[in-house]
Amino acid sequence: MQNWPVQRGLVEMDAAWDPSDPAGRAARQAPDGDSVVVLEAVVKRFGDVVAVDRLNLKIRRGEFFSMLGPSGCGKTTTLRMIGGFEAPTEGMVRLDGQDVTDLPAYRRNVNTVFQSYGLFPHLNVYDNVAFGLRRHHVPAQEVQRRVTEALDLVSLAGYGKRRRAQLSGGQQQRVALARALVNRPQVLLLDEPLGALDLKLRKQMQLELKRIQKEVGITFIFVTHDQEEAMTISDRIAVMNKGRIEQLGPPEEVYERPATEFVAEFLGASNLLDGVYRGSHDGLGLVELKSGAKIRIPDDPDRRSGQRLRVGVRPEKIHVLPSGTGPTATQNTVAGTLRSAVFAGVSFQYFFQTPEGREMSAFDRNATGGAVARPGEVVRLAWAPEHTFVIPIDQPAAHQQVQGEE
Amino acid sequence: MFLFFLLPILTLAIMSLQSGDFFNGFVFTWNVGNYSRGISLYSEQYLHAIEYGGAATIVALLVAYPAAYWIAFHAGPRKSSYLLAVLLPFFVSFVIRTLSWGVLLADDGPLFGPLKSAQLLPLDFRVLATPVAVTGGLAYTFFPFMLLPVYASLEKIDRGLIESAQDLYANRFEVLRRVIIPLSLPGVFAGVLLTGIPAIADYVNQDLLGGVGTTMVGRVIERQFEVSLNYPLAAALAFVFMLGLLATLLLYQRIFGTEQIMGD
Ligand SMILES: Nc1ncnc2c1ncn2[C@@H]1O[C@H](COP(=O)(O)OP(=O)(O)O)[C@@H](O)[C@H]1O
Ligand SMILES: [Mg+2]
Repeated sequence: MQNWPVQRGLVEMDAAWDPSDPAGRAARQAPDGDSVVVLEAVVKRFGDVVAVDRLNLKIRRGEFFSMLGPSGCGKTTTLRMIGGFEAPTEGMVRLDGQDVTDLPAYRRNVNTVFQSYGLFPHLNVYDNVAFGLRRHHVPAQEVQRRVTEALDLVSLAGYGKRRRAQLSGGQQQRVALARALVNRPQVLLLDEPLGALDLKLRKQMQLELKRIQKEVGITFIFVTHDQEEAMTISDRIAVMNKGRIEQLGPPEEVYERPATEFVAEFLGASNLLDGVYRGSHDGLGLVELKSGAKIRIPDDPDRRSGQRLRVGVRPEKIHVLPSGTGPTATQNTVAGTLRSAVFAGVSFQYFFQTPEGREMSAFDRNATGGAVARPGEVVRLAWAPEHTFVIPIDQPAAHQQVQGEE
Repeated sequence: MFLFFLLPILTLAIMSLQSGDFFNGFVFTWNVGNYSRGISLYSEQYLHAIEYGGAATIVALLVAYPAAYWIAFHAGPRKSSYLLAVLLPFFVSFVIRTLSWGVLLADDGPLFGPLKSAQLLPLDFRVLATPVAVTGGLAYTFFPFMLLPVYASLEKIDRGLIESAQDLYANRFEVLRRVIIPLSLPGVFAGVLLTGIPAIADYVNQDLLGGVGTTMVGRVIERQFEVSLNYPLAAALAFVFMLGLLATLLLYQRIFGTEQIMGD
């Protein structure tokens, strides 16, 4: 789909403004070191609504960073403050070490791919892509070269003469991407850019975005409410809720070791059980559930015996052992009464009830061509101690209401 | 279409080629002389119509565009109140409005009278009965026909496009020049047509605000019909006027393209 000389061309050109290039940049970078975007205690209020609540964020140079969260959690507002379309009520925004809190959008070296693409209907594709370069008075010849390269990069070579009305949604999305990237901004902001595409195209564009990001080496800040998309595409994810960041880390980390109940629920299904910490044993922590069953968890020296904890495990980490199996030495096990089994081809999804009356679910590979148990049977749910994550019980009410997707 | 457009035009065309007079009756004689006589007699009035009507259209545009722009982009949530406030005067019959302008602008009227007696203006200063008065009157009369289509086209502009332009380094002026103005052109074209056509054809303003020297062809046609009762000559004048207008429209469309007039 992509011809290599052009790709190399772009990378080569990128070298001219690569942050590692010494010319005069080191001084400006110094204050924030590795971080290209820094938000410091940023608050944004709309009347009574606190859209962004004392947000601190550091985004590293060259990373694919995602902000993930339910609708209304403040993702767009945060992005707009970085882009210069919204002024923070409090706090500071720095770009490449420079305070840009009061700098208008048109003077920031940041470009945005808007959710609705925002292509100019009165200009053709070429003029759309050339728009930013022309505002910077780039010579016509270079405009032509760079626009052509940018259209190549998004696999739209030869589409220059078309108008917005002659493009599909996916193509408009690519034009919007080319129009932003052609300016070689320090940071590219993307606000749910794939939201309007159908599933297949969406998956394809996720991979392509990732490829393009690697190729041009520009920092991408990507907003989405789709956890799978965020995990597929990102180097790091900030999971947001109610204007705050609940957890920030690489996809595996936020998925496997969610720090809050909200993160655990938002990134996928999870089974949560309440218990009390009973000290450590053989390098693992011991948690006693209400039923008296003991669960082993990755240990943490900061825990105190007697402390209440909530432990969790993802459904796909659970193996369902047939009825009659006893507890095993190396695995965590709890008893569960099978309520229902849902056949999904490659797997079964089981729903259980534990002795404490909690619901638990498990995904199990369809290895034997049938469900492991019949509804009503008591089986054992087993999982490895290291697959258990721990959530502190601070304010049990705070995250009670789990928010769905948009 | 036939009944309300072609039939009257056909009648007009036939009438314009008749000869005779009102009292002895008109007969169809291919009397092309109506045309040559009309054009040679009233070329100056044709010219006035184009000059005053054209100037009035430009004036209306220059006033309406900034007003519409401000209401559409900077008036906040009370846009419709501002729009209504601007349009309110136009709910009064335009004859009355024009008459009151006549009173206001009179040589010794409430505006110039005091200024003249205070010797701030020369005694022979006048606005009434000059081309300025007629042009101003026309611009004022047809102002809503300019304001509304321009406003509608500005209001329709996706605010996201303005942010897109800002994102791509366009400052306020460049946003206006590269995005807002181009996207509002359909409204401007519509406004120019809706204002220009009636302004050029108008005969009330020059009657109430103009003088002997500012007669426009619309007035001549009206007179020929109503007073001189020379129907063939009036019809010929009207026909020339219409053809001229049609030619202008075609030219206009050629230059700017249907696409622009129709929008995206
Ligand atoms: N311009 C605005 N005026 C008033 N409230 C706003 C505005 N923009 C956003 N909000 C509010 O701020 C909160 C966060 O919105 P937003 O940043 O758009 O969330 P997200 O992008 O995560 O869906 C929401 O409650 C929203 O209603
Ligand atoms: Mg949003």
